[in-house]
Amino acid sequence: MSELDLNDKVSEMLAKSEANVIKSEKTFIHPEDEVREVVAPDGSIIKINPIYDYFSGERPQEEKPRGGIVEKFLNWARSESIWVLGFGTGCGSIEIPPLVTPRFDMFRFGIQMRPTPRQSNAFIISGYLSVKTLKRVIRTYEQMPAPKYVIALGSCTINGGMYYDSYSTINRLDKYIPVDVYIAGCMPRPEALIAGFVKLKELIKEGKAEKANEYARNFDEYKANQKKIIKDWSMPDYNW
Amino acid sequence: MNIYVKLAYTFLGLMIVLNWGMLMGATMRKIGARVAGRHGIPFKQPWIDLFKNIGVRTTITHGIMYYIGPVFRLTGGVGLFLFMPAVFSGSPYGIWTNFSFEGDLILILYFQVFGMLGMALGAGEGGHPYAAMGIARGLAQHAAVELPLTLAFLSIAIQYDTFSVYKIVEAQQGGFQNWVLFTNPFAAAAVILAMLGALGHSPFNLVKAPNEILIGPATEYEGSYLGFMQSAGAIIHVMEAMLFMNLVFGGATNWFELILKTFLIYFWSVFVGIVFPRFKIEQSVTWFFKVPLLLGVLAILMYSF
Repeated sequence: MSELDLNDKVSEMLAKSEANVIKSEKTFIHPEDEVREVVAPDGSIIKINPIYDYFSGERPQEEKPRGGIVEKFLNWARSESIWVLGFGTGCGSIEIPPLVTPRFDMFRFGIQMRPTPRQSNAFIISGYLSVKTLKRVIRTYEQMPAPKYVIALGSCTINGGMYYDSYSTINRLDKYIPVDVYIAGCMPRPEALIAGFVKLKELIKEGKAEKANEYARNFDEYKANQKKIIKDWSMPDYNW
Repeated sequence: MNIYVKLAYTFLGLMIVLNWGMLMGATMRKIGARVAGRHGIPFKQPWIDLFKNIGVRTTITHGIMYYIGPVFRLTGGVGLFLFMPAVFSGSPYGIWTNFSFEGDLILILYFQVFGMLGMALGAGEGGHPYAAMGIARGLAQHAAVELPLTLAFLSIAIQYDTFSVYKIVEAQQGGFQNWVLFTNPFAAAAVILAMLGALGHSPFNLVKAPNEILIGPATEYEGSYLGFMQSAGAIIHVMEAMLFMNLVFGGATNWFELILKTFLIYFWSVFVGIVFPRFKIEQSVTWFFKVPLLLGVLAILMYSF
């Protein structure tokens, strides 16, 4: 295949992936992320789209559980091996470090911290979530492989808590990403967090923790909610 | 022996080594946890993690090399097992000598690097800046580790006049006083120090330092690729320990001895890791270029004149 053909094919694929995503009227793109044409070292002109060149523009698909004994076994394995993304979003993140200390020791329950979203399957939203952080949370959540679980820690994630009338924080987390387990309190102690993990384990074992599929099913609704509140939306619609 | 029977035995040995590697990894993490006053992970955790990783539903791709990277790493581990005698039975055609042949030491030195280079290529294609940083650090440290290690291996090869691991093990039979540990102490000392870097525990684990640069080369890997790398890691840890056991600590005459010796060798690096905090990469590279390298050169000089 010649280089020109390859270029055509790439731009065709690019157009296809752009057509798949929902266009919002109020989309804001940073100037450095705009689609533009650049001259390659060999003199040919190529079109680049910084946002989509590095991400898949495809919508998330629902991944149906296998069912039967295999799924039961896998659900057991998932519940006994919860890898938590180390991403503190609010003041509640101070309650997470005690979990690795001798007093609480979450490793007993098969809960471990992972530093990268690619390898984690549980995401703790620890307390209030500012709009600026919400954008990062969405990017991170979408990069995690399914099945993935969200634990909302503290009252702020349920109704805004003490920040209910703040200009910069969100009130209800589950309008933006689906939540599996809520842990109420301001702030809940590490014991409460462990109780939340135990609840999450029960849900996974019963096969009820399928919120990643719910996110894929109601993708348009979630995206509309997210775009309503994030003004500087300068990222792909789906951040694989 | 029929080649199919031999293959079946080798496969069985590989399974033993894989499961032993996972159990040993869990035990060492448990020991680390007990030192910190915790209970730590359950012994079955590595298997559960493996099944969980295989059961992941969505995966991403960054290209062909991204797929092949973990395969290279597993090939490195399996290759080490295939061409190294596991259990010494008195005959070069014994059941557990696997496909060991004259001159396999050279191949084993090559396989040690093979998995790492594969990972470097795969993680490089992942394109994550932290992965690139992990690779750069890993290769720099590995170069520093390889130098004293290779000098010590060469010294042992000159001492016994052979590049066959089987013959080196054979020459060490008949009591602990025949081990390289006592017959060639400089080479043994160089191996014992350089082995800390080869096994990659603290203080030499900056490559996959979770707090500084995420998880190193594996940053972009997930799901079954990660499961692949986990199993490869378990095999490679036992293989490295087995290589040092064969070359320095007299090899093993049965599986129990192999398990005990590999455990103690691996425990040595964990012991040092628990006692000493992590080195920065320039500190670890200069550390290997000082005492271990000097010992390696001495070991060579001893058998050159």
